[in-house]
Parts: sequence; structure tokens; C-alpha cells
Amino acid sequence: MPNLITRRQFTATVATGALLATGQTVRAQAGFLRWMGRWNEQVERFVFGADRSAAELPPSAMTPVDAFPSYFISDTMPIAPAGWSLKVGGLVARPTTFSLAQLQQMPRTDMRVRHYCVEGWSAVASWHGVRLRDVADIVGADPQAPYVEFRSFDAGYWSSWDRASALHKQTILAYGMHGLPLTPAHGAPLRLYAAVKLGYKMVKYLTEVNFLPERTGGYWEDQGYEWFAGV
Amino acid sequence: MEATHSDERWQGQRAQPWLIRLTHWLNVPLLLLMAGSGLQIFAAYPALGPRGALYGWYPWQEIPPPAWARFGGWLAGGRHWHFALGWWLVLNGVLYLGYMAARGEWRRRLFLPRRDTRNVLLMLAYYLRLRRTPPLTDLYNGLQRLAYSAILVVAVVEVLSGLAISKPVQLWWLGRLFVGYDGARVVHLLGLGLLTLFAAVHLVMVMLHPRAILTMLTGGKHA
Repeated sequence: MPNLITRRQFTATVATGALLATGQTVRAQAGFLRWMGRWNEQVERFVFGADRSAAELPPSAMTPVDAFPSYFISDTMPIAPAGWSLKVGGLVARPTTFSLAQLQQMPRTDMRVRHYCVEGWSAVASWHGVRLRDVADIVGADPQAPYVEFRSFDAGYWSSWDRASALHKQTILAYGMHGLPLTPAHGAPLRLYAAVKLGYKMVKYLTEVNFLPERTGGYWEDQGYEWFAGV
Repeated sequence: MEATHSDERWQGQRAQPWLIRLTHWLNVPLLLLMAGSGLQIFAAYPALGPRGALYGWYPWQEIPPPAWARFGGWLAGGRHWHFALGWWLVLNGVLYLGYMAARGEWRRRLFLPRRDTRNVLLMLAYYLRLRRTPPLTDLYNGLQRLAYSAILVVAVVEVLSGLAISKPVQLWWLGRLFVGYDGARVVHLLGLGLLTLFAAVHLVMVMLHPRAILTMLTGGKHA
């Protein structure tokens, strides 16, 4: 077995190098914290109620429009490419490409719920769009696919979710905010919005939704933030 | 006044049984690391109140806690440590409470209003130099019992407000207890302030009565 040991040593060296290079990120993956992180994810899954909804708030609870934060990871504001469409695929019976107009013809859901950022702030806006569960029905998402991955044109920003949260009735593909079409600052033409996850899970500037058999990561998740990130 | 420590219940029992000592000392690193990782998380949004409606009464809006008080390196690191160690701190507290309940230790440690109020007042009078001698006490005086009981309430509220912040949708009923998510953040930070105040007074008192440190290490004499 000397080869195995060598490989292990090699891996350890690479891991140490990565730790030194990236500072703190690898720390989250190691030993005690990794073990406790798994435990915490089990707890998060346990307390998640697929039928539990977040409170719908009155207009008076809204955050002033200018005070609702937004960000992107590209150097400049991502603008949708001409002929933009949403690809929905992976483990589905009918892989489908949706235009914005097609999505807008589907039943519309409006929601005004509190938004929770990993940083600790909360804010409230109204969003409207189409429920992801309705899209999943149209494409015939395989019940054997426990994960859903979201991709975007914002410099490769992405995330992946557990199926139950993705198909929650307060998880929508939003094309509007405050009753108006979504602006580029908030993810135009289409973004994920949900009541049951932290903000960084809600991918903006969507390009693809994939139903997957395996769990993948995400932009912040790969840097050490929690993968489940339920609220 | 009802006798407690001199009660035959405590015959042969140390002032600080081993489980009390163990949980007490485990609190030191656990509380320090929880405070540090909590402040690391707080540093990401060192403000109280939701976006666009910060609370006017909080004087330190947008002022992050100093780097020396933080632990975890960055936001994700602080979160991992906070959510990992929180379980162990709660477990430690449950052990302590369970032991107190099972062994009847609460009788000589916790504040019982009818028994201890008079002692609290006499002790206060002594500290305020209104009285030359402290009242007769056994293991703890009334003020100590009051402090050790109150801090347990603070600890429970700290755990509940933390859960309310962590799961504002799934544990919405907890959030309601604290007037919502941003209210729970206020309570959680206030709890840290009270825990810090308690620890500071506790440190001053044991420096004035250093034998208490020895008792908490060795258990003290058998009664």
C-alpha cells in the first residue's frame, strides 16, 4: 500500500497549500467543523417543513426600494444576451427551453416575504414569477433527482439545492419585483427567489435549471459557506 | 431562615462536586469561542434593525466589533464555529441543570425568593456600607444565588434567540417570541452584553476571594 500513503501525503500537501493560499476557506472543511457541519445539515433538513410557509407580509413591511441590496460577481452589471432563454434539463422527461414570454404565460405567483442574508440583515420586497414546481411538472422532472442546480450568466455564479426546498410553493423563478419587470441590478431577466433559503442560494441572471441525481456545490458553497442554508 | 448548606443533606458532599466543576470550566473556552465567533458573524452586518430601517436607539450602528474580539477568520468560519460549538455549550448546560435537578443541588445554588430575599437585601446593605457585617450565609449568599439564577435565564434566552435568528421561517413561533428576526438579533446581542457583564463581575469577585478559585478546582472540603 505504499502508493496509497504517498497519495495521501500528496493530498495533504495540496490541502495545506490550498489552506495557505486561500486563507480560511479550507478550514471549514476540516475535522471537527466538517463533522459538526454535517450534523447541522441533518438538523436543518429535519426542521425543514415542505408544507410550512413563510409569513406573507403587508405592503407596510416593505423595505424602501433603494435600500434593498443587490450585488453581482462580474466586473460590470451582467446584461442578458440577445435571444436569452432558460434551459431546463438534467433528469427530466422533456428537456425544454423557455423564453421569457412562455414563462410569463404560466400561472403567476406573487409573494412578499422577508429576505434573510447570510450577513445578518433582513429586508422585504414583492416578487412575482412562476413556481419552480410548475416548471418541474412541465418538463417531467424525475422523482429520482433529489438535487436541483441553478446556473447564471453572472461570471459563472451558481448554486444547487435540495429538491424539497426547490419545489416549495414559495420558491419561484421571478421575472418581476415591486410589480415591475425585474431590473438588471436584481437579476433580470429571471432570478430564483425563495422564502426558505438564505439570499446567496437565490441565483440571479438565470440560464439553466438542472435536476440532478448527485449533489453539486455553488459559488459561495465552494468557498466554505453552508450548502443547505435554510432559514 | 432555613438552613441549607449545614443541612444534613450536604453531609460528606463537597462544596463543588466534580460535575459542577467540569461544566464550570468547560464554560470558559466554550463561552469565549461562542462570543468570538458570534462577534465575527455580527461584523458582517454590525447594525441592528432591517435594511433601510435601522433602529434609532442603538448608538453603535455600522461599527464593527474589534478584530481582537472576533474568532473564525471570516463570516463562514465564524458561522461554522458558532453553529458547531453551540451544541456543546447547550449540552454542557443541560448536564449542569440535569445534575442540579437530580442531586437537589439547586436548593443551595438557586435563588428562592422566600428564603433568599432578606439575605439579598442585607448583603446589598453590607456592600453599600450601610451595614458593618455581612449576613450569615452558607455555600452562597442571596446575591450570589440571584446572580447565578439570573444568568441561567439569560443563557436560555440566548439559546432561544439564537435559534430564532438561525431559522426564522421554520421556527417562526420562536421568532414571534422576540418580535421577529431583527428583534431576536437585538435580544441575542443584549444577551452577550449581560453574559459579559456577569463574567466581568464574577472575575472581580473571585479575585477578591481567591479561595473560591481553589474550591472550584479541587472541590473543596467535604462538608
